[in-house]
Amino acid sequence: MKRSITRLLMAPSVLLLLAWMLVPLSMTIYFSTINYNLLYPGRNNFVGWMNFEFFITDPGFWIAISNTLILLISVLLITVVLGVALSALIDKPFFGRNVVRVLLISPFFIMPTVNALIWKNMMMNPVYGIFAWISQSLGLEPIDWLSDYPLMSIIIMVSWQWLPFAILVFVTALQSQDTEQKEAAQMDGANGWHIFRYLTVPHLARPIAVVVMIETIFLLAVFAEIYVSTGGGPGYDSTNLAYLIYNQALLQYDVGVASAGGLFAVLLANIVAFFLIRAVGKNLTV
Amino acid sequence: MTLTQQRKLKTLLVGLASWCVALLLFFPIFWMFITSFKTELQAISVPPQLFFEPTLENFTVVQERSDYLKHAWNSVVTSFGATILALIIAIPAAYSMAFFPGKRTKDILLWMLSTKMLPAVGVLVPIYILSRDYGLLDSKLGLVIIFTLMNLPIIVWMLFSYFKDLPKEILEAARMDGATPWDEMIKVVLPLSVGGIASTGLLSIVLCWNEAFWSLNLTASEAAPLTAMIASYSSPEGLFWAKLSAASTLACAPIVIFGWFCQKQLVQGLTFGAVK
Repeated sequence: MKRSITRLLMAPSVLLLLAWMLVPLSMTIYFSTINYNLLYPGRNNFVGWMNFEFFITDPGFWIAISNTLILLISVLLITVVLGVALSALIDKPFFGRNVVRVLLISPFFIMPTVNALIWKNMMMNPVYGIFAWISQSLGLEPIDWLSDYPLMSIIIMVSWQWLPFAILVFVTALQSQDTEQKEAAQMDGANGWHIFRYLTVPHLARPIAVVVMIETIFLLAVFAEIYVSTGGGPGYDSTNLAYLIYNQALLQYDVGVASAGGLFAVLLANIVAFFLIRAVGKNLTV
Repeated sequence: MTLTQQRKLKTLLVGLASWCVALLLFFPIFWMFITSFKTELQAISVPPQLFFEPTLENFTVVQERSDYLKHAWNSVVTSFGATILALIIAIPAAYSMAFFPGKRTKDILLWMLSTKMLPAVGVLVPIYILSRDYGLLDSKLGLVIIFTLMNLPIIVWMLFSYFKDLPKEILEAARMDGATPWDEMIKVVLPLSVGGIASTGLLSIVLCWNEAFWSLNLTASEAAPLTAMIASYSSPEGLFWAKLSAASTLACAPIVIFGWFCQKQLVQGLTFGAVK
């Protein structure tokens, strides 16, 4: 009797998510095998693997895959490394610590479209931007960030957004660290680095797992920042898989090829998720 | 130097370094905020101007040009609507998994999280076509449904980790008194986990408010929330940084201030129970 009630309580969530996953996914699979261009309606014949071939041979395909992975790994590294360092820095009380916390968390609440617009215009503009002004004041040639280093610009924007998340998770984690253990280590002559390396970092293993997991979910799908700032360009230099598919579907109206691309994105996410859940899943309490 | 002096100096240096980093990371937001009070000419002046006579003109222009209030209302309705709906669906599921775990509970949770891994672009076309066929394109209801489903896995997971930490003895006591699982959930578990439910809801509101992919692709002028309104300012029609900043400030201010007030609860939620 009890089993059936608990199943009943779970049913809405499970069924809705199942539908949310299966219905669109099967439609995507179906679309990927037919000729389906919104500009030429009524010619939806079966074409087999053609859409996949077309998507793979797109000059942007491999660039997009590698850009997606570079973006993911760079942002993960930046946010985790800087996040651990900065959270260790603000762990002990100092004047105005609460204000510092508030300032540090703020970028997390800025919406991606605004984030990209601030950085693209007010920070990175090669003529009027703050960076250009700093370069000029130092007597250097201003850098045209979005044209010369498009992917790096996107990495900066996305890292800026996610660093606060990492810092705050780590700060909360550090507060639960055993101070007696630290003091004992100090008594035994351990220096600051040793304490950080052998006590603090292992203590952070689980929070790091959480940060990596959550960020990966969002980083594989970075879209708005690219859409608003570089538009994937110049060329394919800042196009990730999400943006390539969007381009295919909504700018070239080719639903068939876009669906094939969507399946590649699903495949890539599954590969990443497979390794991630193996590496990180152990550290998550379920 | 004595030991206390040394310690004081260290605190001072740590404090200074922290302030520098915090101000550096906050600078883009600060700059956006003050640029919104400049004239267009002041906004692009080199060297950048820190002191100037502030004007409120940009804000009125933004309201007139893109009807800020309508889009802000759309953001409020979709964020809160989706969050409440998702909580209603997720609470029973999280409750049942936390208190009556079966052999497959862990698998179900991981599976739910893995649906979040399914990239939105992978299903963009079908969702677009389904929304079109059911008249949900450019409608708030459509966005609410999508946002609900989008955040459901994270919400279930977070609630689960809160419920799991509740003392089991209380439930057993309630059961002795003849309470059914439904009574237990409504009368015992919910009142005890108000804090957890609040932080989960807060995070969901932030995620909905800042969601950009579906908002950009499924809405046009009618139901567009603030994320989509802002994107219309990216068009290369010239340098209108002051107006852009005003629009951005208006779009972000509600959620940033909201976040400042709730940061403690939010952070707790964000750690997914991995940090005690």
